[in-house]
Parts: sequence; C-alpha cells; structure tokens
Amino acid sequence: MLDIKNLHVKLEDEDKQILKGVDLKIGAGEVHAIMGPNGSGKSTLSYVLSGRAGYEVTDGTATLLGNDLLDLEPEERAALGLFLAFQYPVEIPGVGNMTFLRTAVNSQRKMRGEDELSAGEFLKIIREKAKTLKIDAEMLKRPVNVGFSGGEKKRNEILQMAMLEPKMCILDETDSGLDVDAMKLVSEGVNALRSEGRSFLVITHYQRLLDHIKPDVVHIMANGRMIKSGGPELALEVENNGYADILAEVA
Amino acid sequence: MEAARKSAKARLEAMGLPQRRDEYWKYTRPDLLTTTDMAPAALLVTDEAPLFDAIDRLKIVFVDGVFDAQASDDLSLEGLEISQLKDAPDWAQSLYGVLEENGQSPVARPLAALNSAQAQQGIVIRANAKVSKPVSLVYVRKSDTSDAILHHVIRVEEGADLTVLENGPAAARLNTVMEVDVADTGAFHHVRAMGRDHERRAATHIFGRLGHESVFKSFTMTVNGKLTRNEVVLDINGDNAVAHVAGAAMGDGDFLHDDTVFITHDSLNCESRQVFKKVLRNGATGVFQGKILVKEGAQKTDGYQMSQSLLLDDDSQFYGKPELEIYADDVMCSHGSTTGAIDEKAMFYLQSRGVTKIEAQDLLVLAFLDAAVDEIEDAAIADDIRGRLEGWLARRRD
Repeated sequence: MLDIKNLHVKLEDEDKQILKGVDLKIGAGEVHAIMGPNGSGKSTLSYVLSGRAGYEVTDGTATLLGNDLLDLEPEERAALGLFLAFQYPVEIPGVGNMTFLRTAVNSQRKMRGEDELSAGEFLKIIREKAKTLKIDAEMLKRPVNVGFSGGEKKRNEILQMAMLEPKMCILDETDSGLDVDAMKLVSEGVNALRSEGRSFLVITHYQRLLDHIKPDVVHIMANGRMIKSGGPELALEVENNGYADILAEVA
Repeated sequence: MEAARKSAKARLEAMGLPQRRDEYWKYTRPDLLTTTDMAPAALLVTDEAPLFDAIDRLKIVFVDGVFDAQASDDLSLEGLEISQLKDAPDWAQSLYGVLEENGQSPVARPLAALNSAQAQQGIVIRANAKVSKPVSLVYVRKSDTSDAILHHVIRVEEGADLTVLENGPAAARLNTVMEVDVADTGAFHHVRAMGRDHERRAATHIFGRLGHESVFKSFTMTVNGKLTRNEVVLDINGDNAVAHVAGAAMGDGDFLHDDTVFITHDSLNCESRQVFKKVLRNGATGVFQGKILVKEGAQKTDGYQMSQSLLLDDDSQFYGKPELEIYADDVMCSHGSTTGAIDEKAMFYLQSRGVTKIEAQDLLVLAFLDAAVDEIEDAAIADDIRGRLEGWLARRRD
C-alpha cells in the first residue's frame, strides 16, 4: 500500500532537516502506529505525504499503490486514496459542511473518471454515515468546523474519511483534545472503516488510543527516523517507561 | 424641473468637475468619467439568461440610456404611481435635485450635480402601499459609444414597501442619480448588478433620506467594468430607522471598483450597516471610502462598517479609507477594513480532501463574498446573485 524509502525532508525556508531517512512499509489492510517524542518528525511525515507546502524533499521516495506521491498535488494524492485526518481541523467560514463534502467527493470521482453523485444519492449516503458518528443535520449545515467543539471536529474528520473511502488513512494525533467518550466514538468510527483494502497509519502520543484502534505494528520515531518497530507491546512499553530506555538502546 | 436643472448647473459650475488632486478622488482617476474625448467600449457577447429573469417583476427597459416603451411592461402596478422623468408629476418635480443637493455637503459630488443639470431620462416612482413585485430597471446597451445620464426619483410613502432592481451595462459611459425619499415606516429595498462589459465606465449616486422607523437596504454586485464609482449618501433623520448598504465586487485585470459611502446619523436609536467585499486579481484595483457621521444628539446610534478585500495575486491592489466622525456620547460604532490573501491553511485542507486547487479557491472566494450577498433579504434574488458570482468564477477556470 504505502512504501516510504529513505525519505529526507527539510523546511523550505530554513536550513533545517526534519526527516532524516524514514523507511516505512505498510501492507494492504494493516494498521501501523507511530509514537515518538515531541519534535521527532511525526506530523511532518503526515504533511509531506499529503502534500502540504513548505517542505522540500531532499532524498528518498514515497509511493502509494505504486504511484509516486511526492510530485503530485494534494488533491491528486487524495484521489489516489490518501487521507489525512488533521490534528487541528481547519475552520472554513462561509463554506457549508455539506457543500464541502459533496464538492470533495465529486471532485475525487471526476479525477478518477467515475460518475459524480447526484444530490439525492449523496444525501442518502451522508445521512446514514453521519448517524453512526452522532453528527446531526445541524452540524452538516454549519460552515466547515466553525464553532465545532474539539470532539465534533474530530468526528467530522472521521465522517469525511467515511465519505471519501480512502485506501490509506493517516490519523495525526486524532486523540488530542478528546474526552474518553469522544475517543471511543471516534475509534469506533475508524474501526468500522477497517477492511482488507484499507490501511491506517495512526500517529499518537498515547497508548490509550491504541487500546481502541489495535495496531498490527508499532514504530518508534525519533530525530527524523524510525528507530524501533515491534508489535502492540512496544506501545505498552512506552506507556510504562517512556522513551528513555528505547533511545538509550539504539544510541 | 427646469429651475432645478438650472440650479444644479450653477452648483456644478461652482464646484467644478472632479480633478485628480481632489482628496475624494485620490484613488480613482476621474478622467475617464469627465473627458469629452470618450473612448468606445466593446459590447459583451453572452448567451446567458439575463439576471432576474426568473423573478416576477415589472420590467422597465432603457437602451443606451433611453426609455424603450416597446421592451418595457406597462407602467402600472397596484400601489405604485410610475412615469418617465419627462412626465414627472409635481411631487417628483419638487423632489428632483433636492436630495442630491443635500448630499453635496460636506463633500462635493460634481458628477451628481452634472447629472441633475443635464438628465432627460429616468423613471419616477411613488410607492403608496406594499408593492407585490419589484420594479426592475433593465439597462440594455447596443452602442459602443453611448454616453448616458439617468436620473430616477423615488418616494416610498408611509407604510409602503418597494423593491427596485437594476441591472445591465446601460452605456459605454453611464452617470446615474437615484434620489430615494423614504417616509416614516416606509421600506425601500434595492438590488443591482453593474454591467459586465469590460470597457464600460460608470459613476452612480444614490441619495437617500430616511424617516422614522423606515428601512433602506441596498446591495450591489460588480463583476467586470473598467471603472465603477458607486456613491451612496444617506441621511438618517427619523428615529429608529435602519440603513444597510452592501456590495460584492470581483475584478480581473483592467478593473477599478470604488465604493464611496457617506452615512449621516441625525436621529435617535438608528442602525446603519455597511458590508463591502472585493475580490481582486490580475492587477485589478478596489477602493473603499466609507464614512459614518454621527451628529450631536444622535444618541443610541448603532453604526457598523466593514470593508474587506481579498487579493488573489501581488499585482492587485486595494485602497481603503474608513472614517468615523462622532459627536454624540452614547453610541456604538465599529468598523474594520482588511486586505488579505487567500487562507493557505483552508486551501490545503480543501485540497487534501480532493478538491482541486481552482475549485478550492472559488469556494473560498464565494464564501468570502457571501457575507455581503447575505445582506439581500429576498432569498430568490440572493440566489440569483450567487449563481452569477459562481458563473463568473466558473468561466475563468482552466
């Protein structure tokens, strides 16, 4: 599914190397988690993969289902099946949530050469999916993320994921700012989307989220590269002992 | 009427035509509006359905600034007295030029005086009741050298409610004055779309006088046009009156749009609201000169003024001059003027969901303009305007 090799990335405006040779291979249907201390480059990795401006790839490759991602516009990556659930979903005053989602769904379908969904078809699908995430009609009508609580914003991210049906989902600290109940709701939404053809990369600081979204592989990232990989037990180790032991081990 | 024209001519001679050095014309060169050596303006060819076509309305057509009886509906509608300017009844003759003259101080508006001195064409409307459908002034243009002057006189009587629509290019060069006298408890709604012909020039003036508990709401859409100077001068002199003036403008290339607004509060507990939005690209220019004057004793005034522009590139520019002048001590006045680029974070968010860059930009542009379009009360008319803004953007894609 996602294949990252020796990825080196620096800030465009600054002489600062953030990613220093990231290798990561995620197979179809797998769930991987990345943990790591602040400033290790986890969020940068998610932004570089989704195509945010401000970064310069100095070496390495990243492919999604064999397609080179790094030269594509963000919307082309999305149409290929990449989805980033934002740590801080952006508020867009004046653009209705529903309008936004329909534009996004149909824009992707158009890029893939598929028929666009009619207003009626779209409405039927979104109502159903919104219901399971406890998103009411009022929230769908409001401007994108404007006035949403932290939990509502994250649920709205998962709704977008459910509507766009991506193949590779990256969740960037989706658990930040969520209370226990909201985290459960969001995790259930994610778990409902797990399937053979869909992979997940879950970036988090806390093992707690991984109790709900169970990963196949856990990676520890530090100083711009993956320093250790293992099973779910690795997350428990971090939760109990912090990063000091692991950092010392690989140093 | 001849006396009114004569006195306007004297006013004009006293103040002279606007000059580049005039403070009030600092950002907009008046030359194109005053020159006698007028350049032609090419006609825009389009196969779109005309604006307001789906709205049930009383249609009055002017072709190159001349009333066209054939193309117009009968000048009759329940609750209205309506006639051509040349047939103006006494009440209109005695109002002609009066509100324009009142609006000449403290700032001179020579092009309005010129209009009053010379205008032969226009419409005169008196609303005596809640009118069932809008009066729609349609400005057709067939000549590429027409130089038109239109002068409308409107009186909304007590308890009456009138909507006036205006759209179309009218002339290669256009000068309009609309004098609107809203009596106590009367309501006047105005929605217009400036002509889309790229090379046309226009100077428009609205002079409004508001009585007790009256309502005055005006919205203007401007897309294209080499030069547009829209002046709105409102005199609120009845308590509890409400005045809203709004505008949404989009310019691409050789485009200058100037909103110049002057609202005087001279009564208790009145509300005024200005909402102007401009989207500029490829070297287009936007100007906003807006003033709220709160006179001594105009307590409990609620004045709001917002002017925002979105510059889509480094070549485009916006000049803003927001002014508040307040002589009463118990008032609420707020104003803001901003100029900015498109929100890159929002762009990336939309694109990351698969919305193409150009669609994402258009969505954000429409969202930006919507705060102004939202000022239109009639939902069907507002939707028609939104459709035109979308269409304009869609035609500029790829």
